[in-house]
Amino acid sequence: MQASTPLDWTAGGEGIAFQSCPACDHRWYFRRAFCPRCGSAPPADRQASGLGTVHAATLVTRAPSEELRAHAPYLIVLVDADEGFRLMAHGARALSIGARVRCRFVAFAGRLIPFFDPA
Amino acid sequence: MSYVTGVGLTPFGKLPGRTTLDLMSEAASAALIDAQLERSDVDGLLCGYSTTFPHLMLSTAFLEHFGLTPQYAHSILVGGATGFAMGMLAHTLVESRVARNVLVVAGENRLTAQSRDAAVQTLAQVGHAEYEVPLGATIPAYYALVASRYMHEHATSEADLAELAVLMRRNATRHPGAQFREAITTQDVLGSKPIASPLKLLDCCPVSDGGAAFVVSREPTSNLRVRIRGAGQVHTHQYVTGAPSLTEFGARASVERARGNAGIALSDLRYAAIYDSFTITLTILLEEIGLAGRGQAGERTRAGYFDRDGELPLNTHGGLLSYGHCGAGGAMAHLVETQQQMTGRAGARQVKDASLALLHGDGGVLSSHVSLVMEAL
Repeated sequence: MQASTPLDWTAGGEGIAFQSCPACDHRWYFRRAFCPRCGSAPPADRQASGLGTVHAATLVTRAPSEELRAHAPYLIVLVDADEGFRLMAHGARALSIGARVRCRFVAFAGRLIPFFDPA
Repeated sequence: MSYVTGVGLTPFGKLPGRTTLDLMSEAASAALIDAQLERSDVDGLLCGYSTTFPHLMLSTAFLEHFGLTPQYAHSILVGGATGFAMGMLAHTLVESRVARNVLVVAGENRLTAQSRDAAVQTLAQVGHAEYEVPLGATIPAYYALVASRYMHEHATSEADLAELAVLMRRNATRHPGAQFREAITTQDVLGSKPIASPLKLLDCCPVSDGGAAFVVSREPTSNLRVRIRGAGQVHTHQYVTGAPSLTEFGARASVERARGNAGIALSDLRYAAIYDSFTITLTILLEEIGLAGRGQAGERTRAGYFDRDGELPLNTHGGLLSYGHCGAGGAMAHLVETQQQMTGRAGARQVKDASLALLHGDGGVLSSHVSLVMEAL
């Protein structure tokens, strides 16, 4: 377990945080106060390396709002992080399924979001 | 045992000047007339939801407006699976003798009450508010992510997906209430505006105004004889990020539960009513349920298997893709059409034999699955 709180892009930090269960070693992405597999609490808060593999990808042309239309088209990916959880992020247009990727953080609609490039 | 004793369906599309309660009332009136029932005969009420009228107590708001005083009433929200989930609950309530005649109703002025952007943004909220929505994700994007992985693993092309849009449109040309009734080709689908790759505009169902209703009863109330023979559900996740798999969902297990309590095999089916929010949704559901082999739904559609006069007619009213999608009422149109086929009242769309049907719907991002087996007696 890490002593400090991991950086978490959903809270404005340049990092991807995930959780793991000290009892059953299950790992997951969406934070909660207990392990969704075995119910143990509290879980460990951990920092991801930012390395992973593209599991799915879509180029979004039809953005949901006027503000986001300025960014379109943008590639949304699901990435399998090396630590064993899946996350949604943006990625370079050239990415396809199976690509090895590394994360950086970019501005999108007034906040920092994870963005994956080829590793 | 329960009977689908009456059905009601408005046209779908642009219906200006009608509120959620107007559309629900119109469909409910038609269903009661069809069932030859009075308002006082309705002792159970199930309602869906409306994004344009997000009332905390939609069922009681509706029953006061429409003039009902049932002994059982509430709303259900499981996204696109809501209509069939209400059908399953109505069946259960009738079988367990909680109610004798359950009115199931949903409707929404989803198209005219708001801008297209507002509709897209509202629907995107089924995604995760902190981890997905801030990325500019939309419902088509969630399904497109699934499509990218599924097509990668099961050798499916965009032209394969397009076959399903073409079939739904061909079916809709025979229904006067459908939102889109002009035939299209696979080239039209492939050349339509990109939305979220690999999905293009004609791979996506429209946003519609509309209402749908049906009555589930303990005994027949007229000479119509259609019963619900089995039902099942499976729920595996909510968010696409948290889905256990992007190639295996809860559809097969849900259908197996429904088939199990109906005591039937897939080969016994004569009609199919399958949720088709996107061409990829219909493709995955057909293949996972086993109505087409993996990667074969497009080919099977191209060969005429799911045509009105084919081996297993599918969504003969045009489905969500062409009849339209007004929210909770969207899939209820599939059930209305099934009942009309079973009672020989489908007009130009009538199939030879719809005696045993499977209905399957999903909500969220293939998250919630509900299956029904209906039978004509």
